[in-house]
Amino acid sequence: MKSAVITFPGSNRERDMMNALKLVTGHEPAAVWHQDTALPDVDLVVLPGGFSYGDYLRAGAIAARSPVLRAVAEAADKGTLVLGVCNGFQMLTEAGLLPGSLMRNADLHFVCREVKLETVNTTSPFTRGFALGQVWRCPVAHHDGNYFADPQALEKIEGEGQVAFRYGEGTNPNGSVNDIAGVLNGEGNVLGMMPHPENLVDPLQGGTDGRTLFESIANLLETA
Amino acid sequence: MKARVTVTLKTGVLDPQGKAIENGLASLGFGGVGEVRQGKVFDIALSDRDAEKARADLSAMCEKLLANTVIENYAIEIL
Repeated sequence: MKSAVITFPGSNRERDMMNALKLVTGHEPAAVWHQDTALPDVDLVVLPGGFSYGDYLRAGAIAARSPVLRAVAEAADKGTLVLGVCNGFQMLTEAGLLPGSLMRNADLHFVCREVKLETVNTTSPFTRGFALGQVWRCPVAHHDGNYFADPQALEKIEGEGQVAFRYGEGTNPNGSVNDIAGVLNGEGNVLGMMPHPENLVDPLQGGTDGRTLFESIANLLETA
Repeated sequence: MKARVTVTLKTGVLDPQGKAIENGLASLGFGGVGEVRQGKVFDIALSDRDAEKARADLSAMCEKLLANTVIENYAIEIL
């Protein structure tokens, strides 16, 4: 499986993401810089967490207009898998690749803690390794993770199985509507999520719950 | 030519920052303050175009960058 991780000025989880991909898939991901206008030939593109461009204007807004995001949009159109975590999720909504928007946390506090994620979709390339309803641990660290979509958009997202994960067991840390923690596009090849699965892949990190997401992708691609 | 673009949250979109400001005003003793909604103001200098073209350009700027139209409205003033 070939993957690439894009680094923007202000990204800070790109190394964690690259380590997780290497650890779980056994393949070193390609490092892509935000000024690159073309992507390497890969199966998976990852937009990592951080504070690209200092969260100026809106979180992810400036990165979403960078040249490399045009290349990401083209790749997504062709079916390449795209994963955005935290700031990467914000970029994907700002770029229009995912519905809705991520707003300031409802209690206005930056949250850095562990949450429980309930698996809602088990058919996408990212979620197929989970059991329906499976609850897993995952860390969050963000200030703007309050997922919002208007009632019509929400009805579509819920109706068409685009919710990948919800915050479970009363752990919604940010006021997200319907406890939504992760959303897929209509085709299922683009996933955005606020929690950081890349930060729970090694026993040294306190658990390995996050591995399932990366294993889902790797297993799908290895057996394809 | 100078223009001012005001970006505000759409009706129905929760504004926790506005709510915190509202509570801050109340705690400073300002009475009779109803709901507070916060937003952003952009003052933009434009050259080489008439007001009509400026409005069209600013509108495109709002749609493409200045506002997130999923959650925000914008208003354009030519100053």
